[in-house]
Amino acid sequence: MSEKIIYQNQNLECADRKTLEARQLEGLKFSVGQALKTKFYAANLTGHIKSADDICSLDDLKKIPFTTKDDLRASYTDGILATDMKDVVRMHTSSGTTGVPTVIYHTQKDINNWTELMERSLIASGATCADIFQNMMTYGMFTGGLGFHYGAEKLGILVIPTGAGNTKRQLQLMKDFKTTLVHATPSYMFHMATTMHEHGFSMQDLHLKKAYIGGEPHSENTRKKIEEMYNIDAYNSYGLSEMNGPGVAFECVHKTGLHVWEDSYILEIIDPVTGEPVKEGETGEIVFTTLRREATPILRYRTRDLAAVIPGKCPCGRTHRRISRITGRTDDMLIINGANVFPSQIEQVLMNVPEVGTNYMILVSKTGALDKLTIQVEIYSKLFHGDLSELEVLKHKIKDELRASIMINPTVELHEPGSLPAFEMKAKRVIDSRIKI
Amino acid sequence: MIYQLTVFLDNRPGRLNVLTGALSAGSINIRAMAIQDREEFGLVKLMVDKPDEALLLLKQNGFACALKPVLAIFLEDKVGGLHELTKTLSDAGLNIQDAYGMAAQSVFCIESKQLEKIEEVLEEKGFRILSGPEAYGM
Repeated sequence: MSEKIIYQNQNLECADRKTLEARQLEGLKFSVGQALKTKFYAANLTGHIKSADDICSLDDLKKIPFTTKDDLRASYTDGILATDMKDVVRMHTSSGTTGVPTVIYHTQKDINNWTELMERSLIASGATCADIFQNMMTYGMFTGGLGFHYGAEKLGILVIPTGAGNTKRQLQLMKDFKTTLVHATPSYMFHMATTMHEHGFSMQDLHLKKAYIGGEPHSENTRKKIEEMYNIDAYNSYGLSEMNGPGVAFECVHKTGLHVWEDSYILEIIDPVTGEPVKEGETGEIVFTTLRREATPILRYRTRDLAAVIPGKCPCGRTHRRISRITGRTDDMLIINGANVFPSQIEQVLMNVPEVGTNYMILVSKTGALDKLTIQVEIYSKLFHGDLSELEVLKHKIKDELRASIMINPTVELHEPGSLPAFEMKAKRVIDSRIKI
Repeated sequence: MIYQLTVFLDNRPGRLNVLTGALSAGSINIRAMAIQDREEFGLVKLMVDKPDEALLLLKQNGFACALKPVLAIFLEDKVGGLHELTKTLSDAGLNIQDAYGMAAQSVFCIESKQLEKIEEVLEEKGFRILSGPEAYGM
């Protein structure tokens, strides 16, 4: 990397551990103080912490119980609001597809801080005010759209706020305005590439340099496939609405894990069963504590996302620790004939097979007493030579590699490109039709 | 050697319709066809009048498809006509991967990994192999 590394705030981004931890302690005291103003934490912290003065070191974090998604749901609508409602300028709720939604409030200062983190993330990826940014994430309640929008504007980038969907218009704008940056889900990047010709565009029409891909967990091979298809750099963006949205952890130009902005969040990785911290480098559940948020402080939030801290220093000079890409979620684990399987393991295998296209589905059903796993994949047009025997070989190859990875013998089905459900937003690739007991 | 268009299709209602619709809209005439069925998908093999044009058209429409060399051979329309061919190839130890008849029953299309060798053997035995224009009907 001969290019000069640009920072938003070099002193802060490259601060030594001691400086960073001093800042975190200050933030934690602030957050506990804010939390005690909320109905939920006022009740929940009783017996653990009485005031912000009880926090003397970062070790005192352990005195605080975890906050779960269910706690946030139970606090709907204003159980976790630390400020007067008149000081709140925005709220976001989670999609609520799995039940009661969760709500996060923001004061103007909260929005400014979030915007600053998003700008920092974009700078870390090498974006500049000369870029043209087309934001293909949904605007509105989904934090991905507005979060990136504000951060990019702060950096001085021209933002084209297309939102999700309408592929033909997306491509037309990308061509006409020479878009250099996009933000989309990996599924949508694939969808756009495979339907480009139908809409009368080709890769030669685009001026794209970078894509920010997020909103759904994806494998390294998925990233590589997107990079090869478009001949661009793709950066992994991680965030969750409970922690603002995007801009929580982001990849720098070295693309070796995502820097967690530790001046704004305390990162813990725990064993999801015992709640104890895992050893550095081991995979566990990510737990975050907000350090700067006024309206909705959240302490030790169990994200249910699984990842590991990447040991060692990043060549970019930033000291904020890196996490691996999300390798699964504690709640998306499938138990198939007694074996634990994460959909991400299946994706990793599939995206490593060149003949496999961009879309796949995982179906779990019951035949008699046994669970049956069916993997539907789309074939990759460019590698189809019209040979049946080649297809049979491909099927066996996928089958063997899946069996080696997940210890289950799946049924593999090959399908036409573009025939499986395409996802413009978060992909839902697992269909479990077993009767829940 | 002539070219057959092979198309990968999901085995469900409507897919063949989309394929023939696309070919029809592109003024491509189908001279012969066969389907190899494999449960969830099938390979549709087509002899068309303009193979290169058809390939481009289908690719633009998002189909997974490819051109494959095949041999189209005239057979005598009589008892033992096909047997004469298969015996010739069998004697030469050559394998037919897949095969189908064309519109006129006396034409037989074969797919094999040893096409050149087959062509050589058959021509030696006096079989008439169709040229591109003959097979595509131009």
